[in-house]
Amino acid sequence: MAETSPVRIDGVRDIVQRHGALPTRLLQILREIQDDLRWLPAEALDSVAEALGIAPDRVRRVAEFYAFLYTAPRGAYNILFSDNITDRMLGNRALLHALCARLGVGIGETRADGRVTVGTTSCTGMCDQGPAALVNGQAVTRLDAARIASIATLVEQQAPLEQWPRELFEVTSNIRRADILLGRHFADGAALRAVLKRGPAAILDELLKSGLRGQGGAGFKSAAKWRSCREASGAVKYVVCNADEGEPGTFKDRVLMQDFADLVFEGMTLCGRVMGARQGFVYLRGEYRYLLDALRDTLQRRREVGLLGTAILGEPDFNFDIEIHLGAGAYVCGEESALIESLEGKHGVPRIRPPFPTTHGYLNQPTVVNNVETFAAAAKIAVEGGDWFASRGTAESKGTKLLSLSGDCERPGIYEYPFGVTVRRVLEDCGARDAQGIQMAGPAGHMISAKLFDRRICFEDLATGGSFMVFDQQRDILDGIRNFTHFFVHESCGFCTPCRVGTVLMRDLVIKVHTGHGTRYDLEEMRTLGRIMQVACHCGLGQTAPNPVLDSLEQFPEAYERRLRSTAFEPAFDLNAALEEARRLTGRHDPGAYLNEEELLLGAMP
Amino acid sequence: MNDTGQCFTLDGRMVPFQEGQTVLAAALAAGVYIPHLCFNPEFAPHGSCRVCLVKVNGRMQAACTTPAADGLNVHSETGELRDIRRGILQMLFVEGNHVCPACEKSGACQLQAVAYYVGMLTPHFTHFYPRRPVDASHNEAVIDFNRCILCELCVRASRDIDGKNLFAVQGRGIQAHLVVNTPSGKLGATDFSLHDKAAQVCPTGAILTKHQGYTIAIGQRLYDRKPISVVGDVAQLSEQQGGRRHE
Repeated sequence: MAETSPVRIDGVRDIVQRHGALPTRLLQILREIQDDLRWLPAEALDSVAEALGIAPDRVRRVAEFYAFLYTAPRGAYNILFSDNITDRMLGNRALLHALCARLGVGIGETRADGRVTVGTTSCTGMCDQGPAALVNGQAVTRLDAARIASIATLVEQQAPLEQWPRELFEVTSNIRRADILLGRHFADGAALRAVLKRGPAAILDELLKSGLRGQGGAGFKSAAKWRSCREASGAVKYVVCNADEGEPGTFKDRVLMQDFADLVFEGMTLCGRVMGARQGFVYLRGEYRYLLDALRDTLQRRREVGLLGTAILGEPDFNFDIEIHLGAGAYVCGEESALIESLEGKHGVPRIRPPFPTTHGYLNQPTVVNNVETFAAAAKIAVEGGDWFASRGTAESKGTKLLSLSGDCERPGIYEYPFGVTVRRVLEDCGARDAQGIQMAGPAGHMISAKLFDRRICFEDLATGGSFMVFDQQRDILDGIRNFTHFFVHESCGFCTPCRVGTVLMRDLVIKVHTGHGTRYDLEEMRTLGRIMQVACHCGLGQTAPNPVLDSLEQFPEAYERRLRSTAFEPAFDLNAALEEARRLTGRHDPGAYLNEEELLLGAMP
Repeated sequence: MNDTGQCFTLDGRMVPFQEGQTVLAAALAAGVYIPHLCFNPEFAPHGSCRVCLVKVNGRMQAACTTPAADGLNVHSETGELRDIRRGILQMLFVEGNHVCPACEKSGACQLQAVAYYVGMLTPHFTHFYPRRPVDASHNEAVIDFNRCILCELCVRASRDIDGKNLFAVQGRGIQAHLVVNTPSGKLGATDFSLHDKAAQVCPTGAILTKHQGYTIAIGQRLYDRKPISVVGDVAQLSEQQGGRRHE
């Protein structure tokens, strides 16, 4: 099954030609080849390099960087369980083990007959309808024992994915609370008519009045970004929509792209008009691939009705089009300069800044990169005016914010609130009666305990991109922390020392404490390591990676302390763990193969 | 040099700079040492090792990627920065396999010298002990991947100066590793030469010359008597000076 015939290599050349032999399309090209071959054999990579006229190592670099590209054979069915803490709360581990047992395959392994691979992946953005998974890149939701049994049967029957029951792939929007962004009707084309009638300068003034800030969480003033890019010198300018919603626990951009794509595209087109760009890109995270066909249909429909393409709304010099690029499993590409690198067909390592994308972005040209929600809000502001938007929110955070609620609450889903809402109010609305803590803004954000529930969600207080994961009193906070440290190890790009090495050291310290081998010394080590990472890392990923540990040490010290050994120091070397390989090789799991009873129990756990 | 009359302050000293220079480049040009590993003045800044971290107007930034600007207030030799830099060095030492007492480059190794400079006496963290095979397939040179710190200087030198593109980094996160750009992954299958720039820029002992070794006795090596802040980088010094540079 791993064979690659010459015919297939010809197929590679066809795919490259279809993409105009453009190196910027490399990631898209590799995705398509993999759709055909299931993985990326060395011969295929070499023929891509040849056809594109670029160095083979650059192609390999990309193929090895993205989690959803494979340089070794995968099963005909590639099943990846979303492994965010919210999936774990909903019981994904038991389901994962059940599926592996039914199919006779180990976690992370491909079955000997090449039929199926089962593994895990970072949060797939289905936290309100998990446990979730991806089957050959398509989102599967609401897994339970029955669905696992059904999937196992379909795999054994070799049923093509198109014949699998549609309800497995059903993704619901779960909008629980709508305000001005989600609640009010928007007539397609209204924002574009507004900019044609009033001119770009007037629209920029409205945007300035609105106080709109980057809704991905960083909070940069949108009007300043658009203006700076408009004024930057550069013959060609670009508009980029960051739909690489990788922060675990957030899924509001998925809902916007599913239900409000016209609004988002309109905001991008508006931005193109304001700054004089003709080309826009949506960088859609690979996990949301299920949306791709519908989004392309929407773009086509907009072209047909004169809202996109050439001579938009009959205006001869209003030309703007949008192309969708799919990511391939790399959280770091949510960082805007890494995203641009990825759009250029490279591996996603954040650039050295300055210069910033507003002057040196895509292909070193002035580029606006905004979050999905920011473009949607901008389109509405162009129609309704800046004052209308600014009438909501707080002094420094105007308008509303979409929150993605998940974890221990009765009504998970999307909640739109004016900025300034308290955590307590959100918890009441979503039916979280027994919360002990919230992971706010995802693992890169902050963990807050009940004594901080009166704090407000806004840039002045608790800034967020939208992730809001609830932990109730029954949960062990350290389970969540351990999950988050694994996430950062997996997602570190590996470029800078403190992130590449520090994330691993931090994860291992957390595991040491979580498994009952830690001492007070290890907690101090976590603090020291965390402080180094916060200031020394190259980009926001590494700088925020220690946040969950540092916050929980502060807010939930008892979660750590009750597991500590009373000794001052405990070596990192674990004799029992070192014996595991020997136990596996000899097949021994009797009491005599363990050092003591406690470790026998630990070893017997799945 | 100081034609613009512009200066920034580094630990209280006035450092002149030219338009376009970074804080690190200007400091080194003015004879003020800031420890660094992935930076080499002959190449564009990389910013990956993070050892040159300094505090610029109260913010931690890599000196190698921070543009110099008039009136900046930069701190480098503080207890806080020394602790952070030492932590970063310790991370590099546990990530690979660095056995200084048995290494031919000991005493003339930038990594080791910078570690001494920042007061590192032990690796402190838990060793990763990765399995990395040594490549001795080439007639003139050995590559010991155990000592690679992913500064990408050989990658950049081979691609941008030698025009051979013999090295690359592959993999993500902690899986990132240096490779030789041939189907076999072996250096012996390439036209690599000791006269290549790539053979002269390694700040560790990852690229070694074959058929000779220990020609300079321990105790008389580059950094044995004076610290790197006085001696300078091994890659910038000629072979006569105990460095790696071919004239």
